[in-house]
Amino acid sequence: MPHLWNGVPSVLGETDITPNPGAGMGCQPGYRPKKFAEKETVKKGGVIKMALDRKIALINLSTNEIEIKPIPMEVRKKYLGGRGLDAYLLFNHTKKRIDPIGPENTLIISGGILTATCASATARTHVMAKSPLTGLLGSTNMGGFFAPELAWAGFHHLVIKGRAKNPVYLFVQNGEIEIRDAANLWGKTTTDTQWYIREELGDDEVKSCVIGPAGENLVRFANVMTGIKNSGGRTGMGCVMGSKNLKAVAARGTMDIHLAHPQEAFEYNKRFIDQITSAKVNQTQGILGTPFIWGATNCWGGVRTRNFQYNQLEYADDVEPERFDEIATETIGPYHMTACFGCQIHCRAQYKIPSGPYAGKYDEGPEYTSQGAFASEPGCRSAETVLAGNHLVDQFGMDNLETGSIISWAMELYEEGILTGKETDGLDLCFGNDKALLEMVERICYRKGWLGDTLADGGIPAAEKIGKDAFDYLIQVKGMNNLHSDERATPALALNIATASRGSDHLRSRPAIDLYHLPEEVLRKIYSSPMPYDGPLSSEHTSYDGKAWMVYWQENCYMAVDCLGICKYHTLFLGATLPNFEDWPKVIYYNTGLELTPKEIWTIAERGNMIERMFNLREGLTRNDLRKGDTLNHRYFDEPCRRGAPDVIGMSIDRKKFDEMIDEFYTFKGLTKNGRPKAETLKRLNLEKEPSHLL
Amino acid sequence: MEPAGKVLMIDHEKCTGCRLCELVCAVKHDGVSNPMRSRIRVMKWEQEGLYIPMSCQQCQDAPCMNGCPVNAISHNETLNRIEVDYDICIGCRTCVSVCPFGAMNFNTIDRKVIKCDLCDGDPQCVRFCDIKAVDYVDAGDVSIMKKKEAAHRLFAANKKAAALQTTM
Repeated sequence: MPHLWNGVPSVLGETDITPNPGAGMGCQPGYRPKKFAEKETVKKGGVIKMALDRKIALINLSTNEIEIKPIPMEVRKKYLGGRGLDAYLLFNHTKKRIDPIGPENTLIISGGILTATCASATARTHVMAKSPLTGLLGSTNMGGFFAPELAWAGFHHLVIKGRAKNPVYLFVQNGEIEIRDAANLWGKTTTDTQWYIREELGDDEVKSCVIGPAGENLVRFANVMTGIKNSGGRTGMGCVMGSKNLKAVAARGTMDIHLAHPQEAFEYNKRFIDQITSAKVNQTQGILGTPFIWGATNCWGGVRTRNFQYNQLEYADDVEPERFDEIATETIGPYHMTACFGCQIHCRAQYKIPSGPYAGKYDEGPEYTSQGAFASEPGCRSAETVLAGNHLVDQFGMDNLETGSIISWAMELYEEGILTGKETDGLDLCFGNDKALLEMVERICYRKGWLGDTLADGGIPAAEKIGKDAFDYLIQVKGMNNLHSDERATPALALNIATASRGSDHLRSRPAIDLYHLPEEVLRKIYSSPMPYDGPLSSEHTSYDGKAWMVYWQENCYMAVDCLGICKYHTLFLGATLPNFEDWPKVIYYNTGLELTPKEIWTIAERGNMIERMFNLREGLTRNDLRKGDTLNHRYFDEPCRRGAPDVIGMSIDRKKFDEMIDEFYTFKGLTKNGRPKAETLKRLNLEKEPSHLL
Repeated sequence: MEPAGKVLMIDHEKCTGCRLCELVCAVKHDGVSNPMRSRIRVMKWEQEGLYIPMSCQQCQDAPCMNGCPVNAISHNETLNRIEVDYDICIGCRTCVSVCPFGAMNFNTIDRKVIKCDLCDGDPQCVRFCDIKAVDYVDAGDVSIMKKKEAAHRLFAANKKAAALQTTM
């Protein structure tokens, strides 16, 4: 039947939701659906009411100037919000080759366009700046409750420039922004900072994103954090905050976000949630969290071990997901999972450290990366070490992934004799030394000792300082360490980490469902929409056929999700049945009133990815540069996998086929062989005049 | 069976702290996303990982009803709920101050008191809560469920004790 919602005809044709709020459980006899509140969502002047009326604030910490502006619809339609708009802002607000830790770097904190609307899991906060770790694009994304609070406080984007003379923090409340003194917060851990801010402001509902001691000490891979463990870990955005003397951004909002079509948004959200929670992968995440992925990958042989020497951690019983579940059950109780804002997956465990020097400490996690960082990579096998390591990086505010990888790299160098007891100040930095591992975490955070200080500068500068052939052992792309997964048996995943815009990364374009061996018809159904594709596609994870398209498709999918501000577990990442381009137009329309087709969303995502690439090119990305390019460490090509399942053992990446895959990927993106955008691509994406300074 | 005997049953141990109930409550009643408008609120102690959803208990001898100086609050027996008649309500917030659960809210934008109305018999917080930290059950069943849980705990403890005795 044709619907007329609130007098507005549905532009998206036949809608398939049933406007029957009484259809749920527990409905009583004699129940009559209650009418939704009359639509009072008419915009009045410049009053912030609708989601798209959320503003942007330009804050200069050097001069204490704050400018608040609306975000023009023209910009919204080109970049939506979140990461896409952040990339546009970064490209426009930074000059070429600036110092990432100088006052001229621009830090952008944002939510997506769906943040805090009636859509599922719109909890993601995105942070962008030029990265002090890679010298290229810096970008990180975290869950929690900060971005929704920022949206209720009236803002979608905060653009922070300059450098404060003394430590400060920002307090954003209901349309107003205040720069406050943070002298008494400096030096505090991430959680203490948040509780002190609440105490100081006298409001327990304040949500903050903060840095810990690592960010203050300019550790190049310091986190931005909110809550107990929600971390914007990658590319060192905490270091940028530290360089600006910005300890925290606190937000508190009680402003209405009117929805364009509340009843439809409401019912569609229920459908969306049902689709998301019906996926088995999400149900398992809700019980075991991301450690379950580590467990599954490890038994198959896809977990990087001992800094890439192996691809499986043997005798790992104590660090299997079930073990962490057991600890959480013992220390917290049977219901120990917790969630970000509005999310029904609840993938985050709560725990208390059961034994050892940190016994009794409460924290959340661990995630895949903590198992990688404190178990498989350094060759340790103790749950206690993983939980303690996880707790330390959370408190210090540093990226667990980078921390674990860089220490493991140092361990291999120590094993090879490139580092000796002289550099480690007597620390026996061999693989499997749990104590040395945790000691190094602290040394890096506080830049203690020669090695701690050296490693805190990130992989490539450390390799230069250490000298010899240390760089050859460093498993990185564009200067950032790889996730603790091993991509030698999966060319698609190898292409993903090599070409990810923020350096080696699994959340930029990983076609994770490539490992499921789905029938080709299923893959075709997924990957030939919204853009038609009739090239090859292969169900085989060791194949190189069609993988470039899958990576290209996923790159656009993840960019779109990041622009919307929703979590990647709510899209086609780990589950093949989860929502993607075809499902989003309705969510966007019902919540914000913005009318977009799946193809238009695809183009917006392409544009976002292209402007990220333009930023990287401007900062020196070249295709085959081992330090700044779309390529992999030689070990991917030269050292075959030593362990794992029959379709993993003995595998390595074929250099020639890999190069061809990159060519193919560039062609899909509309780039030349050198990885630079063609003139017609820029024209098609309307990017010829960038930087256009619309905001 | 009388259909009107249902109540909201909150099991805070199950709560994941996601606050979706707050969001859907506000959107359902006001068509607006703003937790401040929600009738149910999740109280949090993040440093301990403790999340407790708080909502109206629909008391039998409700202090808000007894305290209301203009008799705007009454007991609706059909829906087993306490409700506010906004035509009579003068917005004095006496009900807010006397509620022992803090479940009577004051909406600072519309300047009126708000409380849970059980969505006229189909509470949306329950519908959206996947883990059923908030559930809608017959009032008499709440204690049965708690009894069963306690009994199971007792049984488990006895079994453990028996096992200890045999090993000693």
